[in-house]
Amino acid sequence: MNVVVCVKQIPDPAAPGALKPDTHTLDRSGKLIMDDSDNYGVEMALQLASGEGDEVTLVSMAPGGETSGLRTGLAMGAAKAILISDDALAGSDALGTAKVLAAAIGRANPDLVVMATESTDGYTGTLPVQVAELMGLPSVTFAKAIKVDGSSVSVERQTEAGYDEVTVPMPAVVTVTAGVVEPRYPSFKGIMAAKSKPVDNLTVADLGIDASQVGAAGAGQEITSVAPAEARGAGEIVVDEGDGAQRIVAFLEQLKVV
Amino acid sequence: MAIDKIWVLAEHADGAPTPVTLELLTEARTVGSTVEAVAWGPDVAALAAPLGEYGATTVYDVGDIGDVLPGVPVAAAMAELIKGGNAPDAILFAQSYEGRDIAGRLSAKLDKPVLTNVTGLVASDGGLSSEHPIFGGNEIVTAKFTGGGPGIFVIRAKSFAAEPGGGGAATVTAAAVPDVAATNTAKVVARHVEERSGPKLDEAAVVVSGGRGLGDAANYEWIEELAKLLHGAAGASRAIVDAGWVPYSHQVGQTGKTVKPNVYVACGISGATQHLVGMKGSKNIVAINKDQEAPIFSVVDVGIVGDVHKVLPALIEQLKAKG
Repeated sequence: MNVVVCVKQIPDPAAPGALKPDTHTLDRSGKLIMDDSDNYGVEMALQLASGEGDEVTLVSMAPGGETSGLRTGLAMGAAKAILISDDALAGSDALGTAKVLAAAIGRANPDLVVMATESTDGYTGTLPVQVAELMGLPSVTFAKAIKVDGSSVSVERQTEAGYDEVTVPMPAVVTVTAGVVEPRYPSFKGIMAAKSKPVDNLTVADLGIDASQVGAAGAGQEITSVAPAEARGAGEIVVDEGDGAQRIVAFLEQLKVV
Repeated sequence: MAIDKIWVLAEHADGAPTPVTLELLTEARTVGSTVEAVAWGPDVAALAAPLGEYGATTVYDVGDIGDVLPGVPVAAAMAELIKGGNAPDAILFAQSYEGRDIAGRLSAKLDKPVLTNVTGLVASDGGLSSEHPIFGGNEIVTAKFTGGGPGIFVIRAKSFAAEPGGGGAATVTAAAVPDVAATNTAKVVARHVEERSGPKLDEAAVVVSGGRGLGDAANYEWIEELAKLLHGAAGASRAIVDAGWVPYSHQVGQTGKTVKPNVYVACGISGATQHLVGMKGSKNIVAINKDQEAPIFSVVDVGIVGDVHKVLPALIEQLKAKG
């Protein structure tokens, strides 16, 4: 079984985020790491594709030939990666990105495509279904458990009320939530092996995509302004000296909640 | 892109439109002149009255889709109406499970972009701009579509207040699903409902949430007990949902539910961006956290710098004593 996992390489969320002053798009010029949300997808894929002849391929789109996040996924155990890096992609919106990823994923001829439900930095949460639609594949989003049954996949899909059991024939796109599995830490051996695993570098032209369809040129949306949100008034912050609970009770009484 | 006609994806549960559907219809009335709804299910006609009351003049009835997930057939039916010359200027979706699935499919079908995480809409210069909180809601980005419509907006719950407009029942018009056999193959084989006592998380007047600071899954009992004493609902940060302490249905935040209760009590939650986005709109916020530098303290009305292991049991005891 061939499983493709889409991996997003993002600015470290621990560092304060910044927007580029001219385009108001997220500044991705610093060091990039693998989105933590993708740890779960990579782990899930590795567990599902653990048989003889099974293979996990990572697919990522990132500026400047960035591979540091991909190496994390390769160190966890993925066999190879496809990286699409092209100056023409700067400023792509979710649909433009979906077009690029769909074309690249198609090259790996997957039985199953696993993605995070949403990224940590952009969190649009629509890209996986856009990819599925562009590839003509069915999709199941918000998976909290996945099992492969012969030629189909069974998914426990989160709902407002609990969860649904959903089955879908392969090939299919499935998005996973954080917590679906416990991601492994790359071993030292894995980290060393990752250095020599193949990364296929592609451009927009390699994928046969017209550059006007992607990047800022293809994005059908623009940011017109950025302004600070209305701030909440400063609250009262007290260090608990054994009277913390009392202070909360007094506040709740003032609000007539108790 | 002048805004005349707006569509709202009408989701429903237990025979009534969901609260966010009514919020979107109300907002659609404000920014557009004609509001229409799209719904699916075996008895869409039963929704004609409530959807009409909140502003829809027509409801397009996709019909009974059976056991399949709605993303594929509903998006296909909408695309068919649009290609048939019935295009709205904007389409509003709730940022829900089905809303995102349908919006994403429709976006790819129409080759039109999507704007997600919308918390405000502004009609200006004959077009529609949308507001999006970023960096934990500290800044608001305003965005607009640059090409022709329809503009697809995916909107967070509780961004607008729902108010009936007094309209009569909407006209029900059938919307056919074209042949989508190749992709329409994800089938629901069983549904599981998690038991819940007390009010719903996103409708409760009081929400008490717990995070990593609780230290142990067993301590989530304090959160449930406090919520019960305050007639509220128990919530959770993403960290403890990921850790498997509580089910996902309790999660408050970007990936979980947006709540706007009268009182929000955050216990042992540091206040990551992910969490703040989902609860910052609460009327009154109380937090207990041992780290004075925790970002949660930037949004509180009352903040207690202390150990939840001491403050929570004391709080529960004092509230019990009050009866």
